[in-house]
Formats: sequence, C-alpha cells, structure tokens
Amino acid sequence: MTALLSLAINFTLACIMLAMMLCVVRLLLGPAAQDRVLALDTLWMCAMLLALALGMRFGNLIYFEAAMLIALTGFVSTVALTKFLMRGEVIE
Amino acid sequence: MSPDFDNLPLWVSLPVTLLLVLGSLIVLIGAIGLVRLPHFFQRIHGPAITVTLGAGCILIASMVFFTALQSRLVIHELLITAFILLTAPVVAMLIMRTAVYRDLRARRRDGKTESNEVYPFSPDE
Repeated sequence: MTALLSLAINFTLACIMLAMMLCVVRLLLGPAAQDRVLALDTLWMCAMLLALALGMRFGNLIYFEAAMLIALTGFVSTVALTKFLMRGEVIE
Repeated sequence: MSPDFDNLPLWVSLPVTLLLVLGSLIVLIGAIGLVRLPHFFQRIHGPAITVTLGAGCILIASMVFFTALQSRLVIHELLITAFILLTAPVVAMLIMRTAVYRDLRARRRDGKTESNEVYPFSPDE
C-alpha cells in the first residue's frame, strides 16, 4: 500500500510537469496576448500544485510556504498583466 | 529524504492515492484543453477546471496526508484553498474582459469581422 502511495505521488509530479510543458507550448505559440496571459496564469497554478506535491513527496511542511507565496504573487502578476493589456501595448 | 510511509494506515493512504490520481489527471486534462481548443473563449474553460477541481483534490489530499503523517491536525492548506476560491473568478473575469475589449478595439481599428467571435459585428456601431 505504501508503494502505491509513493507511486501515486510520483505520478502526480509527472502529470503536473507535463501540464506545465503544455502551458509553455501555449505560452510560446499563443496567437494573441491574452492567450499568453492565460497560459501564464495556468502555469503559476501548476507551479503551486507542484510545490504541494513536492511537499508530500519529501514529507516536509516547508513547501507549503513556497506554494502560498506562488499563489499570492501569481494572482498579483496576472491582475497587473490584464490591466496592462487593457491599456495598450505601450507602457504609459 | 523520503518520509516513512510505513506507519500510514490503509484508510489514509487509499483516499490520498485516489485524490492524487484524480487531481493530477484533471490538471492534465485542463492543460490539454488549453492547448487543443481552437478559440480563446473556449480555451479559458481548461484552466477553470484546473483551478477548481484539480487544485481542490490535491489540497484535500495534502491535508489528509500531513494530518496522518504528523499525528496532529494540519489544515493550513485551507488558506490556499480559500485564497484560490476567492481569486479564481476575479482572474477569469479580468482575462475575459480584456479579451473582449481587445477584440472590439482591433475590429474598430481595421473594420474586419470573424465568424467565430463572441460579439458579432454590427455595422451601426
């Protein structure tokens, strides 16, 4: 049973990293700027889940702090990018 | 440095395994939808699944796992859960409004219309 649990945690890490690679694909070839912002938003969400899964993999609660910081800064950066896209391509 | 999974009982490791597999598959399906769907207003549904269901499953699995591993109540993942559930609709609404605004502005600039856009072009605008 314990081998199954560690296998499930490794499977979670692999799936989240594959999802991050797909987000990077959309970030690189997104046709419009809002596609890139959406891909970046999904990318930090996957990074937060990756930090949580790493914390379960190593049995350490310090990864929770990293996940909390990624969640906070990702929200602020996405809001800033969308407000920038609303105003235009040039920084005022 | 791997934790000692040996003293975890079966009623902990079985639901944690199921929640982890379910959550990671949902995250992967959301990312595939982000890449594969053809239009922007369809692509925004994939990350919504990732944010709500996938993150919820993995956060619940983490809470149950650390509660059993440390033999005390560890529920501070509820902070991340509450924060995500509060901010995900705000982020989705901002990105969608930005896309609509940019579509309308680009159409006003060059006067062309596309058939699969949300707001069809009416000439009296």
